[in-house]
Amino acid sequence: MDMNTAAQAPARQPNSGNAGDSPAGELMVEARDIHKAFGDNQVLKGVSLEVRAGEVILIAGRSGSGKSTLLRCIDHLETIDSGRIFVNRHLVGYREENGILVELTDKQIAFQRRDIGVVFQQFNLFPHLTVIDNITAAPVKVLGVDVEKAQVEARELIERVGLPEKENAYPRQLSGGQQQRVAIARALAMKPKVMLFDEPTSALDPEMISEVLNVMIDLSKQGMTMIVVSHEMGFARAAADRVILMHDGGIEEDAPPTEFFDAPKSEATKRFLAKILH
Amino acid sequence: MTWSWASFFEYLTSPYMLMGAWTTIWLSVVSMIIGCSLGIVAALMKMSRSPVLRGIADFYIWLWRGTPLLVQLVIIYAGLPQIGIRLGVIESAIIGLSLHEGAYFAEIVRAGIMAVDKGQSDAARALGMDYRWMMRIVVMPQATRVIIPPLGNQFNGMLKTSSLASVISMEELLRHAQELAQIEFRVLEVYIVAAIGYLIMTTTWGLIQQRIEAHYDKPFGGSAGDMAATSIPA
Ligand SMILES: Nc1ncnc2c1ncn2[C@@H]1O[C@H](COP(=O)(O)OP(=O)(O)OP(=O)(O)O)[C@@H](O)[C@H]1O
Ligand SMILES: [Mg+2]
Repeated sequence: MDMNTAAQAPARQPNSGNAGDSPAGELMVEARDIHKAFGDNQVLKGVSLEVRAGEVILIAGRSGSGKSTLLRCIDHLETIDSGRIFVNRHLVGYREENGILVELTDKQIAFQRRDIGVVFQQFNLFPHLTVIDNITAAPVKVLGVDVEKAQVEARELIERVGLPEKENAYPRQLSGGQQQRVAIARALAMKPKVMLFDEPTSALDPEMISEVLNVMIDLSKQGMTMIVVSHEMGFARAAADRVILMHDGGIEEDAPPTEFFDAPKSEATKRFLAKILH
Repeated sequence: MTWSWASFFEYLTSPYMLMGAWTTIWLSVVSMIIGCSLGIVAALMKMSRSPVLRGIADFYIWLWRGTPLLVQLVIIYAGLPQIGIRLGVIESAIIGLSLHEGAYFAEIVRAGIMAVDKGQSDAARALGMDYRWMMRIVVMPQATRVIIPPLGNQFNGMLKTSSLASVISMEELLRHAQELAQIEFRVLEVYIVAAIGYLIMTTTWGLIQQRIEAHYDKPFGGSAGDMAATSIPA
């Protein structure tokens, strides 16, 4: 699929207004008709999604349905073949020239990513840095925050995710649940406007899942906009505003949790629920 | 002529041999520093998106790894003047050794960078780091840990390989040994002293290398390069 087809999406100017503050209810993430293929493998086949400020969206779906790919596209960790993604009203990863998408420079993309925090399934903490250095590295180097100030803020975050006495530990000295909480703190240190979670608890031993989910539930209560790929249906009921089922590269169901679980519309959702709820 | 302890000790304490050894050391260090810098640049070029940069890097690595250093040194020192490029002995030796080292080091750096988990660069990018910050803060420090053992071996090799520069009359340890051998024909004594000189240098370097490796292994829990995280329950 070539870049020109992207132009077929109606040229839509993001809402005008101040980019800085986003009162609840404003569009924070908007994906319009995203197509993405890896070689011959069409992974996203026209995904559209709107997430408003303060909303918590849970995305479920079976393996290979394109959940991770969608999240990665939102942070431009993958390029897209066509469509538009806006985060905080900015077109992500590209600029539009005569209706054609042209990829931004490395520095411009890096700048855009400041608004977007990502938590990965495998934590991806930097193994050569201590907990506090993991958290302060980006604020200090990327944002230019004063080291001392960054450390004070990092300690607050470490406290918030419940790991006060671990700031000088290296990642390998922490349990999986602790590492994931540090990873959340590290993402929050950049003060993102939206947080993306890609199966944050799938790599954890069962007894550590709740400590991570509790941090995420707290975060949702504080009004963070969150897109969470997960099969933790307890989290969906506790914190999600909407639950989405991805199936075969598209969105099959998009409903509030009660509706999603009790009265799903699509066959794919019914099959999916039957499988995970036994 | 039998073995002479007197000559042996004379060579062992000879300032002339010592001067040669000193030249070997600085020549190796300088060539190593330049060579490693070249190697890093060549590795990054080889991993870049631009086919032109990749092509240049590939050509360089192919050419320098595919020909003997001895031939390269002779071409640089004795051949190039024929087309008007005149380089002194020291310049020729440094250029030859550096370019040679760079071609080998490029592959070592590339392997080191590729050994860093892709999740690390994803995490760096997701935090808003551009390519430079990602390389400096996240990728290179971790690649370094993988690169240092082969880098140490390369330097050990360089201390010995630099002796090839004697053919273009670089006044290093081997050259000085050759010169002394031609005066008194105490060939065995003088070359054994030269060998001892190289042994002292490579052994000392081996000890330094151990310390450097230990330093870079510290965050990973010490010895044996055990990448696997040993999780300690909360
Ligand atoms: N970098 C890549 N190169 C090639 N194919 C890829 C790449 N990343 C993902 N894919 C393919 O895209 C499809 C969707 O993958 P994706 O990781 O988005 O699925 P997922 O819904 O997150 O699945 P899971 O639940 O297993 O994480 C799969 O068929 C996968 O093999
Ligand atoms: Mg996935």
